[in-house]
Amino acid sequence: MTTNAGFNRFAPRAAGAVGPNRWDVLLLPLVIGTLFLITWGSGKMNAPYVLGTPIPISLEPGNLPEYALRTTLRMTLAMLGSLAFALLYGSLAAKSVAAGRVLIPLLDILQSIPILGFLSISVVGFVRLFPGSMLGPELAAVFAIFTSQAWNLTFSYYASLRMVPRDLYEVSRMLKLSPWQQFFRLEAPYAMPGLIWNMMMSVAGGWFFVVASEAITVDNMSIQLPGIGSYIALAIRSEDLPAVGYAILAMFIVILATDQLLFRPLVAWGERFKFEFTENQRPPRSWFLSLLRRAQFTRMFLAAVMRGMVVVQLVSALLASRQARQAFAWPRRLRWSVDGALLDRYWNALVVMAAAASTFALIRFVHAAVSFQEVGQVLLLGLITGARVLLLVALASLLWVPIGIWIGLNPRIGQPAQPIVVLLAAFPANLFFPVAISAIVGFHLDPEIWLSPLMILGTQWYILFNVVSAAAALPSDLQEAAANIGLRGGMRWTRLLLPSVFPSYVTGAVTASGGAWNASVVSELVNWGSTSLSATGLGAYIATQTAAGDYPRVALGVVVMSLYVVLFNRVVWKRLYMMAEQRFSFV
Amino acid sequence: MEREPLLELHCVGKTFRSGDGGASPVLEGIDLCVNPGEIIVLFGRSGCGKSTLLRIIAGLTPATMGEVRYKGQRVTRPQPGISMVFQTFALFPWLNVQQNVELGLEAAGVPAEERRRRALEVIDMIGLDGFESAYPKELSGGMRQRVGFARALVVHPDVLLMDEPFSALDVPTTEALRHDLMDLWTTRQIPTRAMLLVSHNIEESALVADRIVILHNNPGSIKSEIRVQLKHPRDPDSRAFRLLVEQVYAAISSTGAAQRRKLGVGYRLPSATVGQMMGILERLNLPGNAGGLGLSVLAEVMQMEVDELFPIIEALELMVFTRTNGQRVELTPAGKTFAEADILQRKIIFGEQLLQRIPLATNIRHVLEERSGSRAPRSRFLRELEDHLSEEEAERVLGVVTDWGRYAEILAYDGDTGTFSLENPGSEDLADTP
Repeated sequence: MTTNAGFNRFAPRAAGAVGPNRWDVLLLPLVIGTLFLITWGSGKMNAPYVLGTPIPISLEPGNLPEYALRTTLRMTLAMLGSLAFALLYGSLAAKSVAAGRVLIPLLDILQSIPILGFLSISVVGFVRLFPGSMLGPELAAVFAIFTSQAWNLTFSYYASLRMVPRDLYEVSRMLKLSPWQQFFRLEAPYAMPGLIWNMMMSVAGGWFFVVASEAITVDNMSIQLPGIGSYIALAIRSEDLPAVGYAILAMFIVILATDQLLFRPLVAWGERFKFEFTENQRPPRSWFLSLLRRAQFTRMFLAAVMRGMVVVQLVSALLASRQARQAFAWPRRLRWSVDGALLDRYWNALVVMAAAASTFALIRFVHAAVSFQEVGQVLLLGLITGARVLLLVALASLLWVPIGIWIGLNPRIGQPAQPIVVLLAAFPANLFFPVAISAIVGFHLDPEIWLSPLMILGTQWYILFNVVSAAAALPSDLQEAAANIGLRGGMRWTRLLLPSVFPSYVTGAVTASGGAWNASVVSELVNWGSTSLSATGLGAYIATQTAAGDYPRVALGVVVMSLYVVLFNRVVWKRLYMMAEQRFSFV
Repeated sequence: MEREPLLELHCVGKTFRSGDGGASPVLEGIDLCVNPGEIIVLFGRSGCGKSTLLRIIAGLTPATMGEVRYKGQRVTRPQPGISMVFQTFALFPWLNVQQNVELGLEAAGVPAEERRRRALEVIDMIGLDGFESAYPKELSGGMRQRVGFARALVVHPDVLLMDEPFSALDVPTTEALRHDLMDLWTTRQIPTRAMLLVSHNIEESALVADRIVILHNNPGSIKSEIRVQLKHPRDPDSRAFRLLVEQVYAAISSTGAAQRRKLGVGYRLPSATVGQMMGILERLNLPGNAGGLGLSVLAEVMQMEVDELFPIIEALELMVFTRTNGQRVELTPAGKTFAEADILQRKIIFGEQLLQRIPLATNIRHVLEERSGSRAPRSRFLRELEDHLSEEEAERVLGVVTDWGRYAEILAYDGDTGTFSLENPGSEDLADTP
């Protein structure tokens, strides 16, 4: 195999002809069109804006393509930001022991913060940062999506870096690769399959938040960014079910297009980076990737990229040169003292002090407005929401585990079903809320009970998804052994099938429960026209306080929810996970 | 001892259907009788369907033709009297040793107290005492397979089926375990009345078998049968034993020639790499080996199992680099030239032989030469092969010929686009980089 530069791997190795070929006819308008749309859409992001001015949103379905585009653009920006963050943060955490000690637990906490609870606070910040411009609220929305994507990408990249085989690092040291080269030739390719997979998961989760973060109320002022989320918010206010249907359709098209044009090609392309020497019997394929590979245009484009890379390489070579290293190097004595164990102790002390200081500040901020009695009430509300989350995860499991096992054991059903499940998981469940809400209002159902399923609507798929793949991977020998000793019926389920999917199920359930906590903020308090429905719980509390602009109470709600999520993870999921690892895994 | 056969196989056959309706037979016309007190070894190359045959007998896979009878009853699903030991142990990782062993009794509805007693009895007998509460993950390979045996024996089976039970274990572990098993058998400590073992190891077969049934492939059928009269325990250094081993070798090595009668485009090229072929050719070209080497000797000096050696020898014979003379493998003139050539010359010789002897290679080359731009997608050849072979087998065979053709530089293949071409591989890479 040839080992060209990372980018060149993508290049089609077409022979002879240099002129455009028939694939270009298809590809060229596609690419030019995309470039045009991006320029047009991003121009609107920077329009002047004063907080409080209403932005006109129209329920006319003809506007939906524009709204869909702008929603997608926010998503793309957030994804790029998340990737950059993941690469930086992950490298830092993996390469410096001292940094890793703080960064990794920090990531754990960041992951547990309810994003939507946080949104109102960040909006104010961003609006102040860019006064008089649309950029403020736009970036706040992008930031909300970013916080829903960055953490798991970072975990994935960090884990990949830790798993890079030692000998490959040794080889790159022997070959004297510069840090840039090491990144492009070793670390990035190695982390690629994990990153691509997590990008798919992130984007799936991101749609939920992009929809939720476009139309928000801060300080009793509503900000509505043009997009599918605002469209649906308006449809809810005007009780317009057909408009909800249009929005669902538009979103479906967007998700299908992302899947076909971005993720399928990425997965098919990423297959080569898998670190294994046996070839996949049925490698994933993508029609769009084939198109890209066959078109002459791609060659020209990549050649241009390669020219650009030359500049980067020149700069990095310059930085890596001996003179540069000497210029930027620590003075020798300082470097010696920096390596000492003493520094470790200082570092630890610093971290503890910073943590204590921010806890103190937070308590003061919250306690200035909130009595301890109310804190107790909020804790109780958290318990109610927690009970709801557990109950719903249990119910979803009862439904999807048997179905998942059945699908997984029948490849004839599983193969066509898998892309459908991926699409379902990517679909932002909050688009379906209006349908459910209008039903609850119409049938006079009890919101305390019937609002609950909305929490799990979007995240239940993770359970199904994981169970299907585990059941499909069940070793055939074990199935035969079970048949040979006569395991049938109930015993086959309790002794063979359920234990074998358990580890994957736990992974799926953790994701589902985390998602449900997050979704509680938008699903415990919902509106349909002028009717407002609410269920008792922490999510409803945060939503109410956000609408009222009561920041100490929002902060309290957010902190309590994070605490519960961390506690849940430690007490319930982590234990199940350890048990699964020790007892139920096949390796 | 009663003489009524325990197992009877009449004309058993198995055909796998591929997705697009193509059919590939793996077993054909198997007639076999298993009598009480017998140990039968099913011997054959990998891919000859011997494991499939064992699974048909176990009632795990249905036969598509013929029937299996156990004590006169037709076998269509797993029988209480037939137990199986698996190559990969197939233990339940979430159950400890005792629970694993008890599982079959539990499924049969045996009361807890008796279950416990019988499990402990077998655990003691097989040498697992002290490990009752250990989980499979904590055990070594040998101990795991002991659990596999205990689980199979605890139900007091009439027939014990073993699918290469030792092939995942190292040599000393294998010997210890096999010795213990034979000890239980000869001293009648287990009520089992017949054992059927799938193996690809000649010594092992000769050590345990009362009958060695040799299968050959494409599709698998019984080629010959060797009755063994030696008493247990057998001494591998005795003259009688050495004669037996030679007899088995002879029976196997005459398999190849008969099968090469029709060498068409759809021939199942053996999975041998160019490097493996070179290694054998170089060994045969050493000064002392001018008269060729016996299969058993060759296997020994190459430190390979005979069944690992078969595909390489077959490939060499297809390319007419070697020929089998009696039981000896020797170089042909082409093989000798190849072994003595330098790196570049070797590629040329290999390419010539490939185009001359392997119809599939010739076919691909012709298609490429005729096509404009000298390119053709991989799928074109896959479809052609799928007329003869199953989907999986077609993939494998095309992979083999791609590997050989790339080495000989008679064709180029680009995995990114899935196209074959005639280019000099690598030249267009230079054109790519600015």
